[in-house]
Amino acid sequence: MAPVDGAASVPIPALAAPAVSVVTDTTYPLRRALEAVFTPLAALVLATAAFSLFLIFLGKSPADFFDLLWTGAFGSTFSLQNTLQRASPLLLTALCVALPAQLGLVIIGGEGAVLLGGLAAAVVGVPMTDAPAIVTQLAMAVAGIAAGAIWIGATGALRAIRGVNETIASLVMAYIATALFNQLVEGVLRDPASLNKPSTYAIPDDAMMGPVPGTDLHPGIPIGIAACIAAWVLISRTSAGFASRVTGGNLRAAQLQGLPVVKLIILACALGGGCAGLAGMLEVAVVQGRANASLAAGYGYTGILIAFLARHNPIAIIPMAVLLGGVGAAGGLLQRRMDLPDASVLVLEGMIFVAILAGETIYGRIKWFQPRGTA
Amino acid sequence: MDPGVVGTVAIAMIAGALRVSTPFLFVSLGECLTETSGRINLGNEGALVLGAMVAYATSYQTGNPWAGVAAAGVMGLLFGAAHGAICALPRVNDVAMGIAFMLAGTGTAFFFGKPYVQPSAPLLPTLPLGFWSDLPQVRSALAVSPLFFIGLAAAFVMHWVLRSTRMGLRVRIVGDSKDAALALGLPITRIRLVATSVGSGLAGIGGSFLSLSYPGSWNEGLSSGQGLMAVALVVFARWSPLACIGASLMFGAAGALGASLQAVGVTQGYYLSYAAPYVVTLAILIATVAPGRALRGMPGELSFGR
Repeated sequence: MAPVDGAASVPIPALAAPAVSVVTDTTYPLRRALEAVFTPLAALVLATAAFSLFLIFLGKSPADFFDLLWTGAFGSTFSLQNTLQRASPLLLTALCVALPAQLGLVIIGGEGAVLLGGLAAAVVGVPMTDAPAIVTQLAMAVAGIAAGAIWIGATGALRAIRGVNETIASLVMAYIATALFNQLVEGVLRDPASLNKPSTYAIPDDAMMGPVPGTDLHPGIPIGIAACIAAWVLISRTSAGFASRVTGGNLRAAQLQGLPVVKLIILACALGGGCAGLAGMLEVAVVQGRANASLAAGYGYTGILIAFLARHNPIAIIPMAVLLGGVGAAGGLLQRRMDLPDASVLVLEGMIFVAILAGETIYGRIKWFQPRGTA
Repeated sequence: MDPGVVGTVAIAMIAGALRVSTPFLFVSLGECLTETSGRINLGNEGALVLGAMVAYATSYQTGNPWAGVAAAGVMGLLFGAAHGAICALPRVNDVAMGIAFMLAGTGTAFFFGKPYVQPSAPLLPTLPLGFWSDLPQVRSALAVSPLFFIGLAAAFVMHWVLRSTRMGLRVRIVGDSKDAALALGLPITRIRLVATSVGSGLAGIGGSFLSLSYPGSWNEGLSSGQGLMAVALVVFARWSPLACIGASLMFGAAGALGASLQAVGVTQGYYLSYAAPYVVTLAILIATVAPGRALRGMPGELSFGR
């Protein structure tokens, strides 16, 4: 039986390269990197073309659409800020998918970790009225990370110890988290003053995180980028990361080597969940000020798309999150100017996702990218 | 005559089971068929939502709800065919592709469904099986949609086809052992394509129940993930179409728990009760799998529990 894909398709340079390209083929690493850029790009172009046909079929101009998409996403300072604000949680929720994916796991329940992370942060932050802002913020971050790590880590533990399918378990856990979140926010934790939109009490005003000093930049952006870089270092430059990639490539081989597969799975899931929980905490500390239904904006689900677009490479997540944040930010403008339902963005995302995944099939098919000169 | 507290809860749960279970039944039957052929289709959630939208739109345009059900089935069939065809390519992961199709399907449904949120389309009739009772609660609880009985019939037909016909045997061989299927010269790709399409078509019909019977309207929050939960439901039913009936009824009853408790004045934990079916699913998953050994009845080719 083929191992569950996803992580199996992540390039494993240390394993693949030296065997064939010792002397004869010096440009192979470069061509392999090109292949990793070319394939998703081709898929992106294909999806864009398909979506253009879709628009033409509806009697709308694709040129207008992509022009507005650009304007709405990156065209002005305001839209760029909107884009980055949306990209910030996506960086972290994509890591929630990409980290476990190194071990061949498909975790799709990041949304639950975002909700619980935000809720935990609010619960910790609300009573800390006297503490210095930085202490409150750190405590909130720790609470958010812990909540997310426990939630997704539990899914990982079920997978590693009990053999429960992690895709379904994580999704079911996300639904349970949503119910738990609603129960607490509408029940014991509810601020009676929040009539139309049930919310928790607000965190102290001075604990709110402002923009990065000297700029208008959303503070989640540097945090998210730092997390992506840290994840990349962890995966490609540490022995735990190497062991994870071996496990993702061939579980049996990893077990025979005596790698601590159970621990690795739980660790990767907990780290990913911690990232998603931090995303929830940042939403509370930067944007909302309290935990409410606005946290369930689908960041966890868009994160899945981004992780697959980036082929689970944490560095590639950064541009992809900005791209998808831009697509999301442009939705409102598209709706106003072209009279397109906001779901048109969902259609575009779905087409991109299908094309990227189908693009996996051309890996290794184009001869020019393959190692030359048999040893 | 007052049915009393326990009676009210029981009636509400039975009503919930009969009403809410129908989409579960169709989607789980579809998923069961697809998985029997050795493939997982998480895209059934997309087929469900798309089916709901197409059914409602067709019913509104033609004035005939049954035309809507048929259109939803055909739409699901085509949707599943696309999933099946792409997953037949080498190196394409069926689980991830299912999520992609879920996104594409719900997106397309929301896109084209926008104009149909407001107008009201003719809904499917119900069979008044509660005619013998004087209690209005019982009467409304037993007003069962004919789709429920069609679903029951479909389960029995599928059970018979899979167990007792040449066609069913072929589907099971393809799902259990690719090597055996290759040795027999069976067209693996084609059989899986058909199984995925028909399964997705059933999911589409399940969606038509949501928009044309209960809750009986079209909006973007119509599905609560029935298409995804079907995967867990099929595990619970051990890949048996007949067991899917019981599993669906149980999920339906669990989903009706919150509303029925509220009907008798228990408002504590209302939102938490929404988690009931999911907690049940998780408990079932944990209880029924064990490391290192395949589940009884599980098709061997499923990339499910390594």
